[in-house]
Amino acid sequence: MSTPIELLPNPSLRTEADYPFCPGCGHGPVLDALNEALMKLQLAPQEVVIVSDIGCSGLSDQYFTTSAFHGLHGRSITYATGIKLMRPDLAVVVIMGDGGTGIGGAHMLSAARRNIGITVLVLNNFNFGMTGGQHSTTTPEGFLTPTTPSGNLEAPLDICATVGVNGAAYSYRGTSFDHDLADRIAEGVATEGFAMLDVWDLCTAYFVRNNQFGRRQIDATMEALGLESGVLYRSDKPEFAAAYRKLAGGQHEGLRVKRVKATAAVRLDKRMHFVVAGSAGGRVRSAARLVATAAMRAGWWSAQRDDYPITVKSGHSVSEVIISPGEIHYSGIERPNVLVVVSEDGYGKAGPYLASMTPDDTVFVVADLPRPDTAAEVITIDPNQSDVRIAKAARALAMVAKAVQTSGVVPFELFEESAGEGGFGEKNLELVAAGVGLPAG
Amino acid sequence: MTALGGLRITTASIEREFTDGATAIVRGALAGGCNFFAGYPITPASPILMMMLRDLPARGGIGMQGEDEMASIGMCIGAAMSGARAMTATAGPGISLYSENIGLALIGEVPLVIVDVQRLGPSTGAATTTAQGDIQFVRWGTAGGFPIIALCPSTIAECYTLTMKAFDLAERFRCPVFLMADKELALTMRTVDPADYEDAVVRERPVIDPEDLDPPAEYRYEPPGEVVPMQLYGGKHPVRFTGSTHDQHAYITKQPEIVGPLNQHLISKIDDHLDEIALVDTDLEDGANTLLAGYGVTAGSVREAVAAARAEGTKVSSITIQSLWPIPERQIRDAASDVDRVVMAELNPGLYKRELERVLPDKEIVSIARTDGVLISPSQLLEVIE
Repeated sequence: MSTPIELLPNPSLRTEADYPFCPGCGHGPVLDALNEALMKLQLAPQEVVIVSDIGCSGLSDQYFTTSAFHGLHGRSITYATGIKLMRPDLAVVVIMGDGGTGIGGAHMLSAARRNIGITVLVLNNFNFGMTGGQHSTTTPEGFLTPTTPSGNLEAPLDICATVGVNGAAYSYRGTSFDHDLADRIAEGVATEGFAMLDVWDLCTAYFVRNNQFGRRQIDATMEALGLESGVLYRSDKPEFAAAYRKLAGGQHEGLRVKRVKATAAVRLDKRMHFVVAGSAGGRVRSAARLVATAAMRAGWWSAQRDDYPITVKSGHSVSEVIISPGEIHYSGIERPNVLVVVSEDGYGKAGPYLASMTPDDTVFVVADLPRPDTAAEVITIDPNQSDVRIAKAARALAMVAKAVQTSGVVPFELFEESAGEGGFGEKNLELVAAGVGLPAG
Repeated sequence: MTALGGLRITTASIEREFTDGATAIVRGALAGGCNFFAGYPITPASPILMMMLRDLPARGGIGMQGEDEMASIGMCIGAAMSGARAMTATAGPGISLYSENIGLALIGEVPLVIVDVQRLGPSTGAATTTAQGDIQFVRWGTAGGFPIIALCPSTIAECYTLTMKAFDLAERFRCPVFLMADKELALTMRTVDPADYEDAVVRERPVIDPEDLDPPAEYRYEPPGEVVPMQLYGGKHPVRFTGSTHDQHAYITKQPEIVGPLNQHLISKIDDHLDEIALVDTDLEDGANTLLAGYGVTAGSVREAVAAARAEGTKVSSITIQSLWPIPERQIRDAASDVDRVVMAELNPGLYKRELERVLPDKEIVSIARTDGVLISPSQLLEVIE
């Protein structure tokens, strides 16, 4: 590092301690360049957070007087992102090795895509220097390491291109021998968005020894791989933390709370169970919801437990509604008083319910399904007999309306009040009327 | 058919909510001062992620969807060290991926709330089926075996209160605090009386500059168990943080005379303050010979079983354990002092039963445990009450 000391505007951010690196290791010169860059930028120690990864590069933060975060292997970018999001005014510099780059690859990609305003310095010496010199994601093909004893077969990661084509604001490739390294690091730190500096250096403990590798071989390897050095990518996409704050402030209705006023006082002697079994995408849950909220209009308590497969608009959708005169602590249902089977998917899930039901209970089943074998009273409903067309996705609401009206499980007027609320109110009431008008047998 | 007739109420005397535990957790977090959330989509915890990301920006907070679970909890830890009150939410598979960072938050003494909306495992298990299989996992789920705090709400209103409480304990002890929910509690909609939402006291975060600590330091381990105020990035002086064993300035060391007190401190700060953390809800009846015990969703079945048994004239007591870790041993012993039998209801292979066997060696412990995704019903519990 040849910059004369008298030109430096700020005190050093290095501690007095000597680096712990092996003789000839490239990490020390890169860290000296980082110190020089921070001095050039006139940053005070408390304005900088060095986030160090794991491995030899992970020791780096201890040789700076700045704030420091030394976390887990490969996750340094995630901590740096959290710090930058909360404190966009701080300079956040990640120091990681090629090991951390590999294991944390998803974070590197995401940081570039987000263009979060951190600077990542990869001390890239092509192997795991702290754990025995094993091959890493940047070990070039053919090179020898203890884990590639016959030569590496995997292509090396092009760090700069990877982040460059994915949105990074600044991406630079160089070596620990570059005379302009401090200037490039300063450029990276001064960049508002995501800056990546892939700095190739020598691991004298392993890679140099195992491959007769040296300064000239670094340059030769770069050339053989067809990789360029210098500033390779720039973009002026807005920095994430700033862009996030700019977008924030919009009000979004998010919370899943429905406030329901009791508009009637109706006596209910015992808990009732109302189950709708249909298909996902068939608005089963919203139809069941109207029964639950209608019960609350009567001053009762309700619970709605939905069951569905992990898919969204295929497979079954079953909603169990409990209606109770008092608070419900147990939300399971052993025996429905009313079961509405809307579709074949629901039919497939209805077996245990049907088996549990008694002659006091009622099953409403869509007419195109076979008549279920159960002790309960069975009422068949044919949605095709309606004057107005009832689409498949609307069958649940129409049939639930018919079941509510017939069974009286909740006062029908209150069900209508629930159905008539909100943006879909008018459409819902049309379907309720169509459902009630269906012949039942 | 029920006719309303003259039963109409003209004054709106009762207004209740129809809502779920996930919503209550979000409201509790916001009331508890949460201003940073990061999470990764996973059933059945995703509604918390979506609600937090919708709600936080307008309140000046930050909500992030991480590229994976490691990123999500990592962002939370970085943000917490920069002044955030942070929360993340996931399910069992996500806790697996949080594991290493949970250890980082422990050793770095980072306040953090982690919501686990439990689903049936192992592995992918059944994403939309409820379970309580993670309760030992969160206790022992990171290297080292050091204590954590885990709260477990059993009602929607408790989801609100205990989330606030989790934020308070995270600050008080500078450690990750788990909120153990499950699919049933988080996603089943229920009627809730708004009066049941009790606010927990959430203490202010004391912050100190490292230079103002005497002597200046980032961390202090003596006396063990005394928690030093947070030191945040971006203050007057630099702040150092490390996940490696370290001295009081966060410089890496393996000297036994430094590492010993550091690790003892991490144990003592929890174990020496058990009564500050312990939360149980007991319902004891004179002359009862059985204590029904539940936590989370099984506590609801316990409550209904108790009501049904007493209606039949059977005496029975119950306890709802709301702080699973550290184990509220004294409170459990007190509740069980007059019974011969304790029935532990849980949706896992009997994971807390073994704790009760240790805490109550002279009692008969009956395990009601299900791993088939079906809730334990009150009638299943009534069968074991004599």
